Amino acid sequence: MTTMQRLLQLPVNAVNMVKTVQSQVQGQEEDKSPVLTPDNAPQNWYSALQPDELRHLRSGGTGGGGGGSGSGGGSGGDQEERGPLEEGGGGGSFQTQPLRHDDLKEMLDSNKDSLKLEAMKRIVAMIARGKNASDLFPAVVKNVACKNIEVKKLVYVYLVRYAEEQQDLALLSISTFQRGLKDPNQLIRASALRVLSSIRVTIIVPIMMLAIKEAASDMSPYVRKTAAHAIPKLYSLDPEQKDQLIEVIEKLLADKTTLVAGSVVMAFEEVCPERIDLIHKNYRKLCNLLIDVEEWGQVVIINMLTRYARTQFLNPNINESLLEEGADKTFYGSDEDEDEDEEEKEKKAEATAMAKRKPYVMDPDHRLLLRNTKPLLQSRNAAVVMAVAQLYFHLAPKAEVGVIAKALVRLLRSHSEVQYVVLQNVATMTIKRRGMFEPYLKSFYIRSTDPTQIKVLKLEVLTNLANETNISTILREFQTYIKSMDKDFVAATIQAIGRCATNIGEVRDTCLNGLVQLLSNRDELVVAESVVVIKKLLQMQPEKHSDIIKHMAKLIDNIQVPMARASILWLIGEYCEHVPKIAPDVLRKMAKSFTNEEDIVKLQIINLAAKLYLTNSKQTKLLTQYVLNLAKYDQNYDIRDRARFIRQLIVPTEKSGALSKYAKKLFLALKPAPVLESPFKDRDHFQLGSLSHLLNAKAGGYQELPDWPEAAPDPSVRNVEVKESVEEVIDNSEGRIGLLGDWREVFTLLERVTTLTSVPEWTKCSSREKRKEKKVEKPFYSDSEGESGPTESADSESDSASRSESASPSEESRSASESEESEEGSESEEEEEEEQEKDKKKKKKELSKPVQESESEQSSEEEERKHERKSKPRVQTKSDSESESDEEEEESESESSQSESEESESETEVRKKKKAAESKPPLKPVKKENKKESKKEMSLLDLDDFNPAPSPQVTPVNTFLSNSLVTDLEGLSLSDSVLAPATIAPSSALKNYELLHRITGEGLSVEYCFSRQPFSPDANMVAVQMQFTNSATSEAKNLHMEDVKLQSGMRVKEFPEIELLPAGETATAVMGIDFCDSTQAANFQLCTHTRKFFVSIQPPVGELMRPIFLTENEFKKEQGQLMGMNEITEKLTLDVKCRNEHAIVQRVTTAANLSRVPCGSDKECRFAGRTVTSGSLVLVTVATKEEGGAQLTVNCEKMVIGTMLVKDILLALTQ
Amino acid sequence: MIHSLFLINHSGDIFLEKHWKSVISRSVCDYFFEAKEKAVEPENVPPVLQTPHHYLISIYRGKLFFLSVIQTEVPPLFVIEFLHRVADTIQDYFGECSEGVIKDNVVTVYELLEEMLDNGFPLATESNVLKEMIRPPTILRSVVNTLTGGSNVGDTLPTGQLSNVPWRRAGVKYTNNEAYFDVIEEIDAILDKSGTTVFAEIQGVIEACVRLTGMPDLTLSFMNPRLLDDVSFHPCVRFKRWEAERVLSFIPPDGNFTLMNYHVSSQNLVAIPVYVKQSISFFETGPCGRLDITIGPKQTMGKTVENMMVTIHMPKAVLSANLTATQGNYTYDIATKVLVWDIGKLNPQKLPNLRGSLSIQAGTPKPEENPSLNIDLKIQQVAISGLKVSRLDMYGEKYKPFKGVKYLTKAGKFQVRT
Repeated sequence: MTTMQRLLQLPVNAVNMVKTVQSQVQGQEEDKSPVLTPDNAPQNWYSALQPDELRHLRSGGTGGGGGGSGSGGGSGGDQEERGPLEEGGGGGSFQTQPLRHDDLKEMLDSNKDSLKLEAMKRIVAMIARGKNASDLFPAVVKNVACKNIEVKKLVYVYLVRYAEEQQDLALLSISTFQRGLKDPNQLIRASALRVLSSIRVTIIVPIMMLAIKEAASDMSPYVRKTAAHAIPKLYSLDPEQKDQLIEVIEKLLADKTTLVAGSVVMAFEEVCPERIDLIHKNYRKLCNLLIDVEEWGQVVIINMLTRYARTQFLNPNINESLLEEGADKTFYGSDEDEDEDEEEKEKKAEATAMAKRKPYVMDPDHRLLLRNTKPLLQSRNAAVVMAVAQLYFHLAPKAEVGVIAKALVRLLRSHSEVQYVVLQNVATMTIKRRGMFEPYLKSFYIRSTDPTQIKVLKLEVLTNLANETNISTILREFQTYIKSMDKDFVAATIQAIGRCATNIGEVRDTCLNGLVQLLSNRDELVVAESVVVIKKLLQMQPEKHSDIIKHMAKLIDNIQVPMARASILWLIGEYCEHVPKIAPDVLRKMAKSFTNEEDIVKLQIINLAAKLYLTNSKQTKLLTQYVLNLAKYDQNYDIRDRARFIRQLIVPTEKSGALSKYAKKLFLALKPAPVLESPFKDRDHFQLGSLSHLLNAKAGGYQELPDWPEAAPDPSVRNVEVKESVEEVIDNSEGRIGLLGDWREVFTLLERVTTLTSVPEWTKCSSREKRKEKKVEKPFYSDSEGESGPTESADSESDSASRSESASPSEESRSASESEESEEGSESEEEEEEEQEKDKKKKKKELSKPVQESESEQSSEEEERKHERKSKPRVQTKSDSESESDEEEEESESESSQSESEESESETEVRKKKKAAESKPPLKPVKKENKKESKKEMSLLDLDDFNPAPSPQVTPVNTFLSNSLVTDLEGLSLSDSVLAPATIAPSSALKNYELLHRITGEGLSVEYCFSRQPFSPDANMVAVQMQFTNSATSEAKNLHMEDVKLQSGMRVKEFPEIELLPAGETATAVMGIDFCDSTQAANFQLCTHTRKFFVSIQPPVGELMRPIFLTENEFKKEQGQLMGMNEITEKLTLDVKCRNEHAIVQRVTTAANLSRVPCGSDKECRFAGRTVTSGSLVLVTVATKEEGGAQLTVNCEKMVIGTMLVKDILLALTQ
Repeated sequence: MIHSLFLINHSGDIFLEKHWKSVISRSVCDYFFEAKEKAVEPENVPPVLQTPHHYLISIYRGKLFFLSVIQTEVPPLFVIEFLHRVADTIQDYFGECSEGVIKDNVVTVYELLEEMLDNGFPLATESNVLKEMIRPPTILRSVVNTLTGGSNVGDTLPTGQLSNVPWRRAGVKYTNNEAYFDVIEEIDAILDKSGTTVFAEIQGVIEACVRLTGMPDLTLSFMNPRLLDDVSFHPCVRFKRWEAERVLSFIPPDGNFTLMNYHVSSQNLVAIPVYVKQSISFFETGPCGRLDITIGPKQTMGKTVENMMVTIHMPKAVLSANLTATQGNYTYDIATKVLVWDIGKLNPQKLPNLRGSLSIQAGTPKPEENPSLNIDLKIQQVAISGLKVSRLDMYGEKYKPFKGVKYLTKAGKFQVRT
């Protein structure tokens, strides 16, 4: 036990709580005591061993040879059976069963542990073999307090087995467990609770309840886990306790350790699966912890979350489900069409869905679940893989379900039982989503060595997968199967062929011919099965196949299987008009053998007779009457009934009513062809992977998989209020810590620190959301600029101004000008004039869309412009930016525009204007600086607010400021346009990552964030700011790093050693890492004076760059050079909350350390940066469209970085 | 979840029972015996059975049935996987999982079962955690224990239970530090009559035996990781690193374990190492048939094919076989109708051949189907997919371990249809 754990456990000993140090020592002693005693004890008994006791020992090891009684109770148990014989031969000849029990009792009563152990081993062996050992109860229960841990454990085993039968005696042991619950050793506490809760004695329910409650707030996660296990036990013993148990479950659900998560969700599922509201607050945590939970817990959690998601999120396949009926119809339709169909359908569906409701946007929490479960498909545990597979099947958008196919196919290599279950589920999936498994068709081919049940299931899957393209391969495969020795399997194959034939029209004839050939098979079972299937096929198109019917009529002499005979008779009767000559003859034969037929055949003979009588009464009247008479006296009442009924119906008598008129219609009605359906159809209304699905019947305790809700319930219920959770934690610990006084304060503080700073993403994002809510939709910049109310408006103003000033028109003007330029190039000069005229008009109308050729135009234009400038100042600035851009791109672009003379003229024009514009700027840098400074301060404050730790950023801030100033000034000198206010990434959005958790770090927790500030010792390094928090009670010394493991090329600048970190304090350090522009992790050891911890820092790709300033034209130019392979474009649908420019800029700059590039259009946001190590340019463009659509373009020389960045930004914008 | 467990031997005796909740009478197994009667072959017993009040989920392993009784809804794979884990643990503790071994160690097995499940929900299934709580029996320890009264049961919580590397215990010490990796590939294939491949794929597994002191952090990298299509890992492997860099980075469990399973992507054509020429025919006239099989090497990458063996499940009508083998020897088991031809090493100069006649029970019609051939083989020192381990690096410990990699190709489910 480590010091930390011991310390944490203290509060459990409520009495000792004050004398912390003393009890620590004590705890240690107590801890050791069980170990010490057995070591010491043996010497005592060994020297004092009496011959009498030796006898017992020996009797344990007789036949075993060499007295190796310790080699396990097994040998002891084994001998027991032979016992009487051997012992009879030995000394105690009279020993019988009860006496032997006496013997055991005697051994248990002795004060020698070894004798007790031996006795217990034998008793347990008896239990294991199902022998009754209940009369030893009093003798055994006395040993519950035995010091020897193995004896104790075996006594526990015995108790759990027999306590239910001997409740009164069992109560004797309770006090021992209660003592055990307070033991300083967590294993003993846990096992005491385990046994206490496993004893099914109703009278101790209150004690159990108390014990569970206490254990649920134990310091050891292992004990808390045991508490979670105890909950369902108590519930099954006394369901009345439900309410109290739910409280405990609620508390344990909030637990942050992976150890507890699986067990408590299991308890939740058993006790209160309907209380889905308990999950809300823990949803994100569960998703994030999932990967580290042990395998069995993962299965339970995933299954529960599947259900949860079904109630909370919208159906991602909403479009598909709208047209589900339509989809069903074309399901087996021609495949090539299908794809198109689907597309069309989707379009249609989209259209209707659009009309009906707003477009579907996946809830980020839904996405979180899908994302966090996906890696678990790689688990070695088949149950986990299956759980993820069913989750994807039930929850994922259609396009993403495919990933599970590969993993499921992999499971087919596993034990045959696993195959059996997996194939059942695959069979269900293939009906709904056939395409998913089509690439793995061959993995379902059958081997002659497969067990029959596996063969049949594989056949089912193959049949479901059949379509036009693969049917020929499948049929060839089936041909091999038909020759198999396993006749059940052959029969199943024939049915499968039948189903393929019904589903795929083109091969129907081929299949039918094949089946007809099978009719001459020597095996009767095969023939019979073929007949049945042929019958079903013929029913679909009888007129074509009268020769087959004839052929089958001939077969009736040979086939003996009743089902087949019945099928043939039915066919002949139904299609007697196709075989008018043969049918009466068949009836004649059947009438002869009527009495010897099976019931099912007799019924069909009657049917045949009736139908023939109606169509061909001349020939068959007598025969029919004969048959009906025979049937009248049959033993089976069904047949008698049928005969009577038919006689009344078909033979016209005086009494017969109106029905006989319709006899023909009744009998010879056109019957719909049977649909050959998979037995797995519609099984998916059971949750896949469940027992109920496998049995196709609801098993006890099965929780229905709910339907998707019509409208999504409020997603904010999952937001975790940070403060509340802190309070909760304090509340939890209050009972125990209350006495500690100031201790508690420390603890609270530590808790707060850890909750506030450490908690990963899920609280992070929610806290951000919360803050947003509080600040009433305050735009992002106000946040970073730290100015409230008024500036907000000013801000937006400046923003819009900047938009209009710097860039906005130019973007469109560019595109416009370019297209028009090319147009004009092809046109003659005269036309040009007209064109320009038109253009002018256009321009007047659409001020936001000025055209660039204006620069190169005549005075009339110029005048107009002046006019415009007066009326609308925006235009002036616009032209400024134009002029600037023009100057830069002069050489490249100007030739393409107009005649040179015009151009030079215009240029001079422009230059003049430019000078005018240039006279303005000097004011601006100052303003800028001020702004920056205040911004910095505020962000510091912000951080402070957010994080109670002493602010560590002081030093880096200076470098940052100066540095950014330089870039700013650079930018200013380069251009006269006003900077967009978003060039600097907002520092409050920094995300904290956990480096070392408090638990693993034994009290030391470390977090890091990418401060996004230049690392002064080495510009090629990324600055990583680490925050150390010591929540242990002892101080940590000499915090430093060691043993850095890096990929080649990477470098690290270590942080300066922290000599002393007192308990409860926090310290900060900055280190630099040169990641070489890769997202590979830097691994190193974090060392204190006592311990070393392996840690690693992995940068998100967005942190591998630093912002640079580019003008719009520079941006354009650079972008032009980074085309082709270096450009990645993605279409996306923006998150609902992310439809305005602010939000986009905020999300992009949070995801990546980029600066905004001024841009003329409000439909586009541009960002630029350089990778830290190699300085490769990274350019990002987000162009928004209507309805939340957008296009993301990333240009980067480093394609890997580009791809990863696209992913990250996509994620940031869509969630 | 899991209510009770019964261990049943081949002949249908229940020789161990364990209940995690209240006791369920062993008469519940009667439903199982009924199904077993019906199924004829033990492999054909349905793994999941429904009885009026319970559900029975069973696995068949090592000629034993592990039968669990379930009362409420539970994912069947969960139970099946757990039962296999129990069998694995027993195998791990005592070297094999058989009736004799379990009977000999009944108390230890019982204690193990007690630790593995709590109230029917898995509690500790990691073998090293269990081994710290209940030490596996060794002769030495049992002698010492009888003399000193010591016990096989640990009294502190295994470190693995609390750490985030539950598969490794702290304080492992070895004098010789070694890490061995066996890359074993199996070829699953179906060849048709003419020898063309109907279906072939390669499944691989990396078995590791790591005996290293302390907490080593290993990184195993491949020359050609792109070959690997689908993988599954021991929980110790860091998935993120695999995703990003295609290397296996892990803190290994102590001792033997399966590091990863993989599937070689189907784009790569599978090299079939041998070809089989066969003709098996039964004559309509006279109670006999003819059999002629020749096997030769095809694509063996220059290595010799060893442990060649052909197994044929003959039709029921075949009474006896009178054959001559140019190499190796054959046996025909009349009861099970299985013909086994053990060839041994494949000699490319002199191809092994088995030919002769089969006699059929008089009066029965000639069998319709020709039996398919199941082929076993081994090729040492080569992974047929071409997968190569490039290096193994160890971090976190100072010493130099001894490292070894072995390759082996085997036939998995390799079947030739005739």
